[in-house]
Amino acid sequence: MKTASELNTGNVNLHRRSFLRYAGAGIAGAGLLAVGASCHKDHNVTPSGTISLGTGDIGILNYAYALEQLEAAFYTQVVATPYSGMPSVELTFLTDIRDHEVCHRNFFKAALGASAIQSLSVNFSKIDFTSRTSVLTYAKAFEDLGVTAYDGVGYKIQNVAYLAIAGSIVSVEARHAALIGNLLQNGNFVSSDQVSTSNGLNVSNDPATVLATANTFLSAQTQVSANF
Amino acid sequence: MNLFGIIEEIEKIDPDFQDRINPRRDAIKNITSFGSKVAVAALPFALGSIFKKAYGAAASTTDVIGVLNFALTLEHLEAAFYNQGLGTSGLVTDSSYITPIQTDENNHVTFLTSVITSLGGTPVAANAAGYDFTAGGTFPTVFSNYQTFLAVAETLEDTGVRAYKGQAGTLAGNQTVLTAALSIHAVEARHASAIRYLRMSKYGVSIYPWITSPTASGSDVSGANSNDTGNTTVQGGVNILTLASVESSSSTSVATATAAFDEPLTTNEVLALVTPFIK
Repeated sequence: MKTASELNTGNVNLHRRSFLRYAGAGIAGAGLLAVGASCHKDHNVTPSGTISLGTGDIGILNYAYALEQLEAAFYTQVVATPYSGMPSVELTFLTDIRDHEVCHRNFFKAALGASAIQSLSVNFSKIDFTSRTSVLTYAKAFEDLGVTAYDGVGYKIQNVAYLAIAGSIVSVEARHAALIGNLLQNGNFVSSDQVSTSNGLNVSNDPATVLATANTFLSAQTQVSANF
Repeated sequence: MNLFGIIEEIEKIDPDFQDRINPRRDAIKNITSFGSKVAVAALPFALGSIFKKAYGAAASTTDVIGVLNFALTLEHLEAAFYNQGLGTSGLVTDSSYITPIQTDENNHVTFLTSVITSLGGTPVAANAAGYDFTAGGTFPTVFSNYQTFLAVAETLEDTGVRAYKGQAGTLAGNQTVLTAALSIHAVEARHASAIRYLRMSKYGVSIYPWITSPTASGSDVSGANSNDTGNTTVQGGVNILTLASVESSSSTSVATATAAFDEPLTTNEVLALVTPFIK
């Protein structure tokens, strides 16, 4: 008899094989439906979830990988189509941040190897990339989301080496968040929606909360769910 | 700088300092010297550890309190720095930046003090002899020259970020305490970013909101007292320089590789950086 954890691990592998097979055959829809069904059976997943991130530390690393994919795609678009009148200093900042996020994404992809989830398809239809306010507001939202995600999941990481990596990345995300906040409004780097004015702690969020937001920026075909 | 010398110097003032900042050693010592007390104090976490067998080295309450007191020592230092800076007439011209940081650092002192107390520990007090933000005369104008003040602030914030990071492993698996520590850690990073942005955007200092380095193992020396050489381009066994980037399918620049990750500092490395500020 398999334990719950063995079943989960088996499922993750099944998911990955399914994705590879169906993505290769060009009928991803069918594969995603099948995976979604099996997820519901064995995992505690969010209702919209179709890609399981996996369990344990691998799941958490895939969670980070998913968020970094989202951020990298966002800044790639921002730099490719700069909002009108983007000052050169802001282009430099946003290009640097893009490079950091691409670096994070590619790091997780390399570190996860065969355990990595697939590349996700983004949906940025609600973002007006021609508008400075829209771009910076969403940039701040993505960075803040990343900080709350890493901080909120850290305690679940079992391997301290992975915890160290997460720690090394989350403070860079926080640096980004503060910068974007300051670009929107000078002195807006510890805004009260992110940092408590009563105890000085940054907000942290659990994976379900984070993914509920993150999924609104992912295409319907590549929604993700966490069960760690 | 001789680390042993530093610790000896601190122990002259504070005999328990080493124990507080070195929780592992403290725990080992306590097992024999007053084991029963430790056992009782550790009970809630021992109970918790039944459900977390995977965490090979779940921290004892003594370990946790040691880390928190180390953090509190740094927060006292930071709070005192901003309290004195903002208390110095005419020094600070960007209160929209410095005042929120002062608020956060004082909040961190209050928060950590209450957490340590709630765990049954004794929170460290602010250093009775006070602080020397000139670092023994290295920064004589810290409270008369605003640029020096900002440079020291940058060093304190970057050090704070990396200090918390270095202690995270000891708190692994502890939902309440690790999450709180990571949350403070993120706020220190926000401060560091803001001080750096202020210095570069308003005062023309050639830096970025993140720590970047022109050389793979080089240091970022923009701060007042930065002798860190912590930047590395290998993370978790992955050579970042060989990863694909926007510019290349097989390489990432040193600047990006160093900036994209903030490295931790060990307890002793933190001490080397902050000891000159403690009287």
